[in-house]
Amino acid sequence: MKALHEKVDYRQFPDRTGHFGRYGGRFVAETLMEALHELDEAWQAYRHDPEFLAELDRDLARYVGRPSPLYHAERWSRQLGGAQIYLKREDLNHTGAHKINNTVGQALLAKRMGKTRLIAETGAGQHGVASATVAARLGMECVVYMGAEDIQRQAPNVYRMRLLGATVQPVTSGSRTLKDALNEALRDWVANVDDTFYMIGTVAGPHPYPLLVREFQAVIGRETREQMLADHGCLPDALVACVGGGSNAIGLFHPFLNDREVAMYGVEAAGSGIETGRHAATLCAGRPGVLHGNRTYLLNDANGQITETHSVSAGLDYPGVGPEHAWLKDIGRAHYVAVTDDEALQGFHDLTRIEGIIPALETSHALAYVTQLAPTMRSDQRIVINLSGRGDKDIYTVAALEGAQL
Amino acid sequence: MNRIDRRFQELRRAGRQALIPYITAGDPRPDLTVPMLHALVEAGADILELGVPFSDPMADGPVIQKACERALAHGMSLRGVLELVRDFRRTDAETPVVLMGYLNPIESLGYDAFVAGVRDAGVDGVLTVDLPPEEAAELTEPLKAAGIAPIFLLAPTSSSARIRRTAELAQGYLYYVSLKGVTGSAALNVAEVADKLAEIRALTDLPLGVGFGIKDPPTAAAIARVADAVVVGSTLVAKMGELADDPARMRREVAEVIAAMRRAMDEARG
Repeated sequence: MKALHEKVDYRQFPDRTGHFGRYGGRFVAETLMEALHELDEAWQAYRHDPEFLAELDRDLARYVGRPSPLYHAERWSRQLGGAQIYLKREDLNHTGAHKINNTVGQALLAKRMGKTRLIAETGAGQHGVASATVAARLGMECVVYMGAEDIQRQAPNVYRMRLLGATVQPVTSGSRTLKDALNEALRDWVANVDDTFYMIGTVAGPHPYPLLVREFQAVIGRETREQMLADHGCLPDALVACVGGGSNAIGLFHPFLNDREVAMYGVEAAGSGIETGRHAATLCAGRPGVLHGNRTYLLNDANGQITETHSVSAGLDYPGVGPEHAWLKDIGRAHYVAVTDDEALQGFHDLTRIEGIIPALETSHALAYVTQLAPTMRSDQRIVINLSGRGDKDIYTVAALEGAQL
Repeated sequence: MNRIDRRFQELRRAGRQALIPYITAGDPRPDLTVPMLHALVEAGADILELGVPFSDPMADGPVIQKACERALAHGMSLRGVLELVRDFRRTDAETPVVLMGYLNPIESLGYDAFVAGVRDAGVDGVLTVDLPPEEAAELTEPLKAAGIAPIFLLAPTSSSARIRRTAELAQGYLYYVSLKGVTGSAALNVAEVADKLAEIRALTDLPLGVGFGIKDPPTAAAIARVADAVVVGSTLVAKMGELADDPARMRREVAEVIAAMRRAMDEARG
């Protein structure tokens, strides 16, 4: 079995039909099949097109601000007393998170496909802001679907999207959160498929989205690889990233998948604790099923109804996960763990006070896990954490939880 | 022979088209579903489509979303739907019943248990909205082996290659989604539907049903001139939602809608 795994070229996945082993695929109503086919064809046509790639590189350098630094958190490493910790600073990107890597890429594709209208779903609002940002820059109409519940929780991002000229469409069906926003965006797309491009924000959804989003996010791992080799002449020993849908984690992991000596840890939201049922730890506590166009791990009840999730971080509050993660879990290439709201909050404060960087609450889950992992490793070993987003958006949430008046 | 094939054969002999009402199982309350099904048959329904409620019905508009929410709030499940069909079959052994829903509840139950369950309950066809032909073989093969028709959707955007591929896999009838949109969307364009149906007919002998956007007797009659079956869903489900507190009136008024469509379709033929 092990010998077989040694031979797997992880980077050949998904296959042509969008499958990662038994996961992924294209589970949508017939009304969307041609649209997905058209998107796939456009992607195949442009993915190696020198002009497209040059424009993408230019946008990533001059608009997003890439490459993002790889920062050695020396003081924090010393305090934890184990492995050396490096932070891949995606928080320094334009709009403050990794999400923009994907929306810049998808927008270039939309423009070449002749689409004039962008739609997106958002949970915490980060992908919504990143979508509204590229739409403003291209002068395209933009509609962002957002659960009515999340609109309440994330007022600053709602205002940012409106400032950027997007229409924020409240979704009042189902649990009124991210999963329902995704349903509503798919419904919009079915009805407006001729002029509309649907920008999915994570590595989930029907093929080719998990592939497309991964390819746009893989710039994170490619840069990390080059930076590590340039600075230290070797690869990191471990990679750590938070996982909701899983786009920042795949972005970091993917370019290292064939480097079998590099360990990978995806950190999910255990919310109030997995045993309480109030969590969003899909890979740790879910089972395979089909939702939002792909087969993957899901949080659902005994009857196959999708259950509501909980996390202090709205960006991890999703009952599914990208199909590539489901596959990496099953074959054992990556490990998935979960940390609670309280542990994540501790990680948030630690990085803020020790390194002077306020991280997003999503990212704080990865930080919390590293406080457990680093002390088990030697001081000549290296961990890279994807610092996927900055925490400015979360200061209201943290203040409310801790009873501070703003 | 499957009840669906037999029904279309009878209708064809009589020169009539099938009228297929859709309701969501368990909406507005589980105990009202079976009496509603019988009332629909009495009003002139030829085949019944019974929706399996799902928490995330991504191809449905607000009317059927709400129906799913009402049914789930009463604890309706796929197993519960099979119980309802079994109940219906006690007094109606003839009318074909088609389950329409999403894949995850079926995956959750397991394909083998699902196929055995639908066969034992007396279901005749299964339409899984988010299961396109490319991913369907694992489910369609055991369904066919059990004598149950896998039913598939076609859309205005379906290419001839896709139509041919879908028709090869499908049994019973093909369900043509008459417009780009979700269930309960605005009006359909009869001329456009007629053109697309002609294209589909050149590629398959399966009966063609049309649904999405059929709200009144004149539209039902117009569609019956070009299709083999007319599917009506959101119009009925909206009425059931409005009259949920008065079950007798709900049954009467929903049955009246079907009866009026039946009359309009039969007059159009004559």
